[in-house]
Amino acid sequence: MVMKLIELIGKYFIFLRRVLSRPEKGKIYYQQTVHEIMSLGVNSIGIVIIISIFMGAVITLQTRYNLENPLIPLYLIGLTARDSMLLEFSSTIVGLILAGKVGSNIASEIGHMRITEQIDALEIIGVNSASYLVLPKIIATIIFNPILTLISMIVGIFGGWAVSVLTGALSSSDYIYGIQYWFVPFYITYSLIKTVFFAFIITTVPAFFGYNVRGGALEVGRSSTKGVVTSSVLILLFNYILTQLLLSK
Amino acid sequence: MIRVENLFKSFNGEPVLEDISINFDEGKTNLIIGMSGSGKTVLMKSIVGLIKVDSGKIFYHDRDFVCMNIKQKRELRREMGMLFQGSALFDSLTVEENIRFPLDMFTNMTPKEKSERVNYCLHHVNLDNENQLHPAELSGGMKKRVAIARAIVQNPKYLFCDEPNSGLDPITALVIDKLISDITHEFNMTTIVNTHDMNSVMEIGEKVVFIHQGKKDWEGTNEDVLNSDAKNLNDFVFASSLAKKYKEKM
Repeated sequence: MVMKLIELIGKYFIFLRRVLSRPEKGKIYYQQTVHEIMSLGVNSIGIVIIISIFMGAVITLQTRYNLENPLIPLYLIGLTARDSMLLEFSSTIVGLILAGKVGSNIASEIGHMRITEQIDALEIIGVNSASYLVLPKIIATIIFNPILTLISMIVGIFGGWAVSVLTGALSSSDYIYGIQYWFVPFYITYSLIKTVFFAFIITTVPAFFGYNVRGGALEVGRSSTKGVVTSSVLILLFNYILTQLLLSK
Repeated sequence: MIRVENLFKSFNGEPVLEDISINFDEGKTNLIIGMSGSGKTVLMKSIVGLIKVDSGKIFYHDRDFVCMNIKQKRELRREMGMLFQGSALFDSLTVEENIRFPLDMFTNMTPKEKSERVNYCLHHVNLDNENQLHPAELSGGMKKRVAIARAIVQNPKYLFCDEPNSGLDPITALVIDKLISDITHEFNMTTIVNTHDMNSVMEIGEKVVFIHQGKKDWEGTNEDVLNSDAKNLNDFVFASSLAKKYKEKM
């Protein structure tokens, strides 16, 4: 079991070395990266907006529900919603959701290419297939996922405001005062740093499982599941490690 | 010319190729024949380096392929073209983009030059004006022809075809066979074709190698196939009762 895990990690790093080697033709890789930004990044804006707006709304409602003490000022609900979105939800939860959406897409796309010999065809043409297929995806997600995270922060905080006003949970002025109160700009930097690590995990781990698939459609499905589960676990692990490194005093 | 010497390959300790030595002639259509599971595809994938061999040597005009590093192998592969069993066309690209792909990656040709080259290759495989179709819109035979066009777009010295007739009707299969043979002679390529289709053997097999249970069992021309006394080869070639009767009358 342990030996298998070590072997798997070793294979993953060998795969990464191939992925991160010098591209054959920069222009083609650039075009691929632009395509991947559209496919993996821009196409994820919708789901990120929907999820973030509800996350912001639920955080606000739950905090209001739990704040029964009249001594605690209501503007703290805005502060809680803001910090929850900035510190955790916009990076980690959105990262987990993208691991499902983008990760399964990558694993099944590359896995399908493997079983239909398209990857072999790339190799015969003389192309470094691992780099050609995966490097543009890594660059695209590393560029675009921080933008998704920023969108999530803005929309999530807006969701909290909207639900406050619509349900009367707290006044608009209390909420706006709360989201401005004791603002720590480093929280955004911290969140964006995490997002870059998560983007790397979300692309490389499912790509690794898809690239090494053997068999047929069933195995492609399994590799997709393995890719999503493993990348989700790694996101949580790295979330802990990065939090320890960046926020501990 | 491609020369294979004492090739061994096993999977999980189970030998798949044992002591295979073959010379594949330049400018000829060389056929590897054998039953399903005999090791034909493993042999071909070993020759092109998609499968790492356990031991043995593979020479491309005296260049030792096995000893090359990955970069050298990739450079040599630019002299190869390969037609895969399932065609292996890139789903997301059109016919034109599929064929143009090697040119985009490795040449500095202008878009006009690339377009002319693509049209030249498409014309060779009788697919004029099908440039903008996607693989999903093509029939099995058309996919094979597009794959051949992609394989020859860089003027390869070596052409590999893995089961080019699988899934095709006999007439289309003959068209593909003739195409492979014509291209081989026109461009003086060393062509290796994996097949278990006897029509292909009789039609284009200038040199035929019979693989049986991972070993080279017989070697000759398409004319020799019918007159051979090799038991395993005869069992394979004259498998049906009708063919057996024909053989007995010979």
